[in-house]
Amino acid sequence: MQGLGISVLFKGINFQRLLLGLWVTLRIALITIGISLVLGLIFGLLMMSRSKIARAVCRVWLEIVRFMPQLVLLYIVYFGFARLFGVNLDGETSAVIVFSFWGTAEMGDLFRGALTSIPKHQRESAAALGLTKAQINRYILLPQTARRLLPQAINLSTRIIKTTALVKMINVTEVLKVGQQIIGQFYREPSAAFWVYATVFLLYFLICWPISLLAGRLEKYWGVS
Amino acid sequence: MNPILSVKNIQKSFDGTGVLKGVSLDIHEGEVVVVIGPSGCGKSTLLRCINGLERINGGEIWLRDQRISDQEKNMHLVRQKIGMVFQSYDLFPHMKVMDNLLLGPTKALKRPADEVKAEAMEMLKRVGLAEKADALPRTLSGGQKQRVALVRAMLMHPELLLLDEITAALDPEMVSEVLNVVIDLAEQGMTMAIVTHEMRFAEAVADRVLFMEQGVIVEEGAPAEFFREPRTERARQFLQSFTYASTRKNAR
Repeated sequence: MQGLGISVLFKGINFQRLLLGLWVTLRIALITIGISLVLGLIFGLLMMSRSKIARAVCRVWLEIVRFMPQLVLLYIVYFGFARLFGVNLDGETSAVIVFSFWGTAEMGDLFRGALTSIPKHQRESAAALGLTKAQINRYILLPQTARRLLPQAINLSTRIIKTTALVKMINVTEVLKVGQQIIGQFYREPSAAFWVYATVFLLYFLICWPISLLAGRLEKYWGVS
Repeated sequence: MNPILSVKNIQKSFDGTGVLKGVSLDIHEGEVVVVIGPSGCGKSTLLRCINGLERINGGEIWLRDQRISDQEKNMHLVRQKIGMVFQSYDLFPHMKVMDNLLLGPTKALKRPADEVKAEAMEMLKRVGLAEKADALPRTLSGGQKQRVALVRAMLMHPELLLLDEITAALDPEMVSEVLNVVIDLAEQGMTMAIVTHEMRFAEAVADRVLFMEQGVIVEEGAPAEFFREPRTERARQFLQSFTYASTRKNAR
């Protein structure tokens, strides 16, 4: 039976189960990306605010997110919060909280970077035309920021999608976990593991690749380096 | 006749260092004033203060009968009457040339787009860039960008145009195509204050030359006299720095 592990994928509803797992992955990622976009813009503005305290809080937040493995954050929220505050968060909610905590800071930093990379002469020459502050923001700064931000925001999104694989460690049955369950059930089929994991890989690839292509296209089209 | 612009004893300092130490200046309608001087003498700062991009620490600036140096909220209305073009090519890179031109007149002045468009096309033709209307700024050369920037400023029909070293970042062969446009504007009667390092151009375009050093106006006069025999030693030294003191003796 060696080498026929691929047939495992088509036994019963195995493939549908994988797709359902993939949907859990995407659901967590999409909600996270949505929250990160909105809160990230606020985070970015706070990073540039005049308040020293706001800037310091953002700085610490960003450093924590960068140095702390996501998995540790997941454990803290999923297991730690239950013990400490007596709140029982389900795995998916914990995942969304942790990934949004991360995504918000990273998105905010990207937003800040995009906005501050616009030369100050852009603002000044718009002001010299007699435009109001609001008009300068709307017609000059916002469109240019969006163009610089979007490719990077898309790259961050693919990273978020990839990282959701970690949530299987806090008992969320997403695509990777489903794959492992299938492998477990068909342990008599030694090559099943290869085919199932390869399929999981392919599914991730099919999601992330077009997104990444889009980012590259946008970058080229808008001609920002 | 009353001057269009009246700068009265303005002071400006950055972090305690005085950059303008009491500068006064009147510009009359149709007059072209050229400000020259060594780098760091405050000439660019002077233009930026007139346009309210820098806040002055003392003195007053008047545009006709309006004091503009204390306008905080309504500075955008003042700037609609004072055009400014900078050294760096500062077209908006995400907009086509025509959209760059339309932005100010349609959004700040609320003029109808098709009316401005016709006028913009006319002016592009005059500076030889009609075929670039739909081009993106990054496809233009430095000289072309600066001509577009001039047209963009002129479409606001400013009462006064400030030019801040607009050829300083250009390759030498592109300088004249930009400066010819400026001379053209001067002949049409545009009132201008120009900061430049191009002495031949200054001589050609100026009605009056101001020589600044260390935050004060050291000398002012008609270009013919100023460039032939400057009255002050400092101006003489400055003008001399544009010629080479000696030539190679062993040149073949």
